[in-house]
Order: sequence, then structure tokens, then C-alpha cells
Amino acid sequence: MILLGLGLLVMLMMLSLAGVVAVGGIALASINLGHVVFALLASLMILSALGVIVNRSPIRSALSLVVTLFLLAVMFVSLDAHLVAMLQIIVYAGAIMVLFLFVIMLLNLHEDRPAMVRVGVRGFAGLVGTLFFLGAVHFLMRPLGALPAAGAVPPGFGTIEQLAEQLFTRSLLAFEVTSILLLVAIVGAVVLAKRKLA
Amino acid sequence: MTLVPIQLYLILGAVLFTIGAVGVLVRRNVIVIFMSIELMLNAVNLVFVAFARQWQSMEGQVTVFFVMTVAAAEAAVGLAIIIAAFRNRETVNADELNFLRW
Amino acid sequence: MGIEVGIATIRALVVILMVLSLAGVLGWIERKGSALIQDRIGANRASIFGVAAAGLVNTLMADPLKFLTKEDILPVRADRLLHTLAPCVNLFPVIVAFAAIPFGDAITIGERTIQLQAIPLNVGMLYVLAMLSLGVYGVVLGGWASNDRLSLLGGIRGSAQMISYEIGMGLSIVAIVMTFGTLDLQEMVRLQGHLIHGWLPAWGILYQPLAFLIFLCTGIAESKRVPFDLPEGESELVSGYFTEYSGIKYLMFFMTDFAEVAVVAGLVTTLFFGGWQIPYLLSDGFHFPGGAALLLPRLLVVLLQVAAFMVKVLLFCWLQILLRWTLPRLRYDQLMRFGWRGLLPLALANMLATATVVLAVGGPT
Repeated sequence: MILLGLGLLVMLMMLSLAGVVAVGGIALASINLGHVVFALLASLMILSALGVIVNRSPIRSALSLVVTLFLLAVMFVSLDAHLVAMLQIIVYAGAIMVLFLFVIMLLNLHEDRPAMVRVGVRGFAGLVGTLFFLGAVHFLMRPLGALPAAGAVPPGFGTIEQLAEQLFTRSLLAFEVTSILLLVAIVGAVVLAKRKLA
Repeated sequence: MTLVPIQLYLILGAVLFTIGAVGVLVRRNVIVIFMSIELMLNAVNLVFVAFARQWQSMEGQVTVFFVMTVAAAEAAVGLAIIIAAFRNRETVNADELNFLRW
Repeated sequence: MGIEVGIATIRALVVILMVLSLAGVLGWIERKGSALIQDRIGANRASIFGVAAAGLVNTLMADPLKFLTKEDILPVRADRLLHTLAPCVNLFPVIVAFAAIPFGDAITIGERTIQLQAIPLNVGMLYVLAMLSLGVYGVVLGGWASNDRLSLLGGIRGSAQMISYEIGMGLSIVAIVMTFGTLDLQEMVRLQGHLIHGWLPAWGILYQPLAFLIFLCTGIAESKRVPFDLPEGESELVSGYFTEYSGIKYLMFFMTDFAEVAVVAGLVTTLFFGGWQIPYLLSDGFHFPGGAALLLPRLLVVLLQVAAFMVKVLLFCWLQILLRWTLPRLRYDQLMRFGWRGLLPLALANMLATATVVLAVGGPT
């Protein structure tokens, strides 16, 4: 089912990840617990992300996505972003994905037959994906030229006090606009999903 | 304990983003396409948080907060649209939801 | 470095064992307690060499053995993976939710300070909320994976109920968080050790009685116990979303029920009743407001505090069991109306009032 384009893409991703881990390990002359945890989390995350797009049944795709989101939250904790990790679980894994599951159950969707588009388009998608990946890596690595050495984060980094301080002073306008956005979304969702009263 | 170099997080983010993008291109079920979009948003969140730690600024995490909120709003409205379309056409196949084609 | 990991593992294991044994003991307390309330004897048939041990042999040995050896039935055309996954997904968040709840003050062994809390988190309260909100998946999957209309109905009802009451729970917690000014549960318990006017212990219930009531209601609704147990609907939907489960899967669903009782009791103790604090007991002994003091060795103080925590948790578990066998069940529309039109506005009003008062007083406690 994974054809030439997709196969190429997967191999490229695995190779680059392995390469960077190896280089990083050699450069640091030691592999410690943080690296092991990261490697484990990253590989599980890639597997479950692949599970999202590969599963025939939409419920299994949704569950794979929940696993991915949960692993991402764990990774956020390792990146000193405790509050964001908890928000990820509460909002994304605990609310948005439940909504997805509800809709799938409501529409009573079982397996998709066929699951993916026809073979030629799949190959093209794989190629496009490879280009995406190379472009993303290029653009992400570019600003890292003049990088200060990553030291320990200041105490209290990632806690709710600091996030709130930033949120209610510099991002106050965005905060208020977001609350209006949520109101609009609630009203819109209710109106759209309602049965017509006729 | 030495930290994991940020390049690894960026590559992981790029990988997840690509998987999401390929999912959007390759799947037909509208709900699974939606889930792939959520996957892309999460990959971006990961990159933001990694950079927030790198540059020791909370701006990255505040942006993640907003991305999550917008994703929640978008998921609610998008799924409502899918339900409404399903009521009309009895299908969630992207090829068959062609209302706007003449 | 290795010792840190070892200590963290031991703390986590202690908490897991605590929750699991509490869940088991609660099964016995429920059966014998309900018998007491209903003026009957309760389970007393199973015995070893004639010793029935007041139903302990029956509930803690015979029943689990029975569940473990029952045949595992998979319904026709049911998704095998999801059917097996649902009870595990139901049980896991509830057990780990207990991890952020502190069961004692920090103890110092040698030069190392060990927190008596599985994970000392700055955002501990949010962690517990996150884990409780993951509980919806077990219900949803349990209903869907059974490939059966009634189970699906129970599952959808159960999950709708859980997400409705989650909101009320979150809002009532916001009020108590505003009062104490922190999300860290250990910090909250420490703050409850202070004395108001020199003699009243500053427990959460004195500051937020309404939040306590709302939290208790929403907590019981989250664990889908009577009076909110229509998704289980023991007299209506057979067993609701876990009808099609037997043997060890049923045991896991059942344990989730009791583990969640324990978690809600633990949270109520921590937020509103001082956690491991005994009034007037400081880290070196009793200091009564009259001036009298009773000095005690540190280890004894810590043991007393842990014991106090366990007693309070058991008390609130017993309260929930009492409520179960006293109150009738709410009908589903009554349940939803109560959640959305009763508890939610109350919690909002409470939050607003608390915010005003905190602002007027000039900051949290």
C-alpha cells in the first residue's frame, strides 16, 4: 500500500532523523537519559502519526491521533512547557478529539473502502511530501546560524504565572479577540449542525 | 544533563508536518483529512515550544496557546459543516461532496 | 542521577499501590456498608475454613477470582482491538490522576528532601483535571466497541454527561485556585496550615463552601455514580456501556468506578479539608492557640499527617457510598438540566464573587 513516493519519503525521514541523532550523539560524546527518552518518544510519535493516515477505520485514525497528541504533551513537559502540556491534554486530547469521536460515531462510519486515492496520485503525494519535508528542514535550520548555546532555562519558565504575565500584557488584544472567536465558533457550530425547523 | 539539541525537535516537527500534509493529499474521508490538518497544527506547536525553550522566551508558548484555541474553534465549526453536508449527501467521501461544482 | 529516578519510581509505585488497594477495599466497604444501610447482612457466603471475616473473603478474594476466571466474551462483529482497549483506557487516567495529590509533607532523609507526592508539579491541579477529562474515552470506546445499540446509547449518554460536568468542575476549581493563588496541590495544602484569627485552621471549606458542594456534585457525576448513574442504568440499560464486557474487562470497569471515588475523595480532602494537615500540628509538634505545645519527633509528625490524609480520604469515600445508597437516580434530562442550568451558573457566580473578594482583600491568602 505504501508505494514508491511514500516509501521514498519514509526512508528519507528515518535516515535524516537517525543521521542527526548519530551526529548529535557523537558531538556530545555521550547518550544520556534525555536522549533516550527523546528517541523513544519521537519514534512512537512518528508511528502513531503514520497510523493516523494509514488506518482504514476512522475511529482507529482518531485514536492514533489521540496517542500522538498525548506523546506530544509528554514531549512538551520535557521541553519545560508544563502548562502548555496540560493544556494540550485538556483541550486537544480531551475535548477536540472527543468531538471527532462523537462525530464519527454519530455518522456511524465504519471502514473506508478504499482508504486512499488511486495509486498514481499517491506517488505524486509522496513526491510533494518529500519536497515539503526538504523545504521545511531547510527553512527551519536557516536561522540557527548565530545561535546562543542553549543553557538552563530561567526558574519558573513554562509556569502559569509567566504565561499569564505575557498573555495579559503583551498579548491582551489577541486574548480578547480569541474569546470573541470562540463565541462565534460556538454559535456557528450550533446553527450549522441543527436540523432545519421546517 | 545535556539537553537534546534543538535540531532534533525541528526535524521531528518537519516529519510530523509532512505526514499530515501527505494525509491531506492521500485520504478521501473528509474527517481523516481534518485529522491530518490537526496533526500539522500540532507539528507547528512542537516547533514553537522548541524555539521557546531555545530562546528562553515565553512568546512561543503564548503562540501555542492561541494556536490551540483557534484549532478548537476550527474543529467545532468544521465538524458541524461535515455533519450538515452528511445530512444532505449521506457521504463523507471528499470526491462525492461536490456541491460547488457545476 | 540514578537515585533520583529510583526515588521517583518508588513514589509512583506507592501511589499506584495506594489507589489500587483503596479501590479494592472500597468494594468491600460498599457491599458491607450498603448492607448496613439497608438493614441486611450483605456478602458473607464465601469463607476459608469457616472464617468469613465479615465479608472480606467474599469481596476481596472470591469475587476477583471469579472475575479473573470468567470467559471473555467478544460480541459478534465487534472491533476486537477497541473492545480490549476500552477498559484499559478507562482505568489508566483515573489511577494516574492520583499522582499529583500530596499525601504528606516533605521529609528529609540525609541531605535529600523527598516530597510525599508522586509528581510534584507546578500545575498539579490542571494535571488532575486533564486526567479526569481523559476518562471520557473509556466510556465512548466501551459503548462503540460493543457493536450494540443499547451500549452505544449508554456510551453516548455517559460521555455527554461527563463533558457537561467537567465544565462545572473546572469552574469550581478556578474559585479555589483564586483563593489560594496557586495550582500546586502541595502548596495549597501548606497554605491550609495557617490559622485565621489565630485559632481557626484556614481550610478551603471555610473560604469556599459553595465551591465544595459544586465540586462534590460534579465529582460524583464524573464518576457516574448514583444519583448520576443513568449511563450505567443498572435497572434500565442492563449495564449501559459495559454490558457486553465480562471477566477481567468488567473487573477493570468496576475498579475504575471505585478508583474514581478515591480520586474525588482525595481531591476534596486536598482542596477543601486541609489535605494531610491536622489542625495545630506543625512540623515539630502540636502548637495550641492557648500557648500550650506538645513537641513530637519529626517522623511521628509525618506519620500522623499521612494517617490523617488516609482517614479523611476514607471519610469522603464513605460519604459517596452513603449518597449512593440514599438518593434516587436522576433522569437523564434532569441530570443535564442540573449540570448546565444549575451547577454551571452557580459555579460562574461563585467565581465572580470570589474574584471580587480576592481583589478587594488585595490578593490570595
